[in-house]
Amino acid sequence: MSDMSDLRYVYAVCRPFEAPLQAELTGVAGSPPKLLHHGDLVAVVSAVPERDFAEEPLRAHLEDLDWLSDTARAHEKVIAALTTVTSPLPLRLATVFRDDSGVRTMIEAEHERLHTALERIAGRIEWGVKVYVDPEKTAPQGQSAAAEPTVKPATGRDYLRHKRAERQRQDTIWERAEHFARRLHEHLSRHARATRLHPPQNPALSRAPGRNVLNAAYLVDRSRSEEFVELVDRTKDEEPGLRVELTGPWAAYSFSSLDDYGQRPVEGADDRDDQGDRAAYDQGDPGAYEEQEDRR
Amino acid sequence: MTVVERREIALVDLLDRLLAGGVVITGDITLRIADVDLVRIDLNALISSVNEQVPSPWQGMLRPEVLPEAGSRALPEVS
Repeated sequence: MSDMSDLRYVYAVCRPFEAPLQAELTGVAGSPPKLLHHGDLVAVVSAVPERDFAEEPLRAHLEDLDWLSDTARAHEKVIAALTTVTSPLPLRLATVFRDDSGVRTMIEAEHERLHTALERIAGRIEWGVKVYVDPEKTAPQGQSAAAEPTVKPATGRDYLRHKRAERQRQDTIWERAEHFARRLHEHLSRHARATRLHPPQNPALSRAPGRNVLNAAYLVDRSRSEEFVELVDRTKDEEPGLRVELTGPWAAYSFSSLDDYGQRPVEGADDRDDQGDRAAYDQGDPGAYEEQEDRR
Repeated sequence: MTVVERREIALVDLLDRLLAGGVVITGDITLRIADVDLVRIDLNALISSVNEQVPSPWQGMLRPEVLPEAGSRALPEVS
């Protein structure tokens, strides 16, 4: 099926694992992913046609939202399958090599950093938690944000008073939403190994109702995963007009940076058992975390 | 408030992870920052045709230290 001139698409790098991949699993161009062992690491690769994945066609394809969507879903499908048997280190979308030997050279060159990153995510998965606020639904009963005043303001002063009251109501909603999101994030962070804040999502693209005020990722021990989901679930009914959405489990996409860039370990994370493991985690570049903290 | 667990993965959630997450390794052929910027610009165009008031979900995604201006209002403080 694969041509000699095909390129190699790399999904992830893993530690060697025993369990076989699902037999029918297919990758981004429809061909089955295979394992390329090199030293003590394994790259998960599949053959992709040069006509689609060479530099020029790739760049052109990226402007095609349908192609991007299909490719992203196929990439995730392989990563999800790997996640059932190991803790894969996912690569950025569309990392392509000329041939197997190019992949081997990369593993040689990045060996140390790959190991460090794999160490950090071993036995852990990522959960996504988003909070949305819908101002329409946070209004007191019988009152809607969009509702026109029942009595038309008689004077300019009445009008301004009404405007001010409406603005204050909106401010209160945002303050409550921010407060809730911050509290939730702090709470969940104590049960996570690391956290990362993604920019809030655009409602036009997510098609989710309301405004996204928290878009966070949490790196959680597999053994504590169920507990984490319950924690999120318990936030139900806490605050009217706010919606909490859980996604995952994901492979540790948001925690795969080789430079600890854009992610931070959680200080004082609930840490009953493995102190040694935690210490290993904390060896990252502290400067990167400070940078993260300066983000606000 | 309700907690929703979605069955089908939303494309935005996927792209948050596949374009802003994952290990960046220089392949023989790799999405370079400029290329990903193109994706972003393309999606921005798509979005702005829907609603010009809404900021891009991926603004600043290649530079995580930069907060998205318009969307940052409700970002919780990192303790």
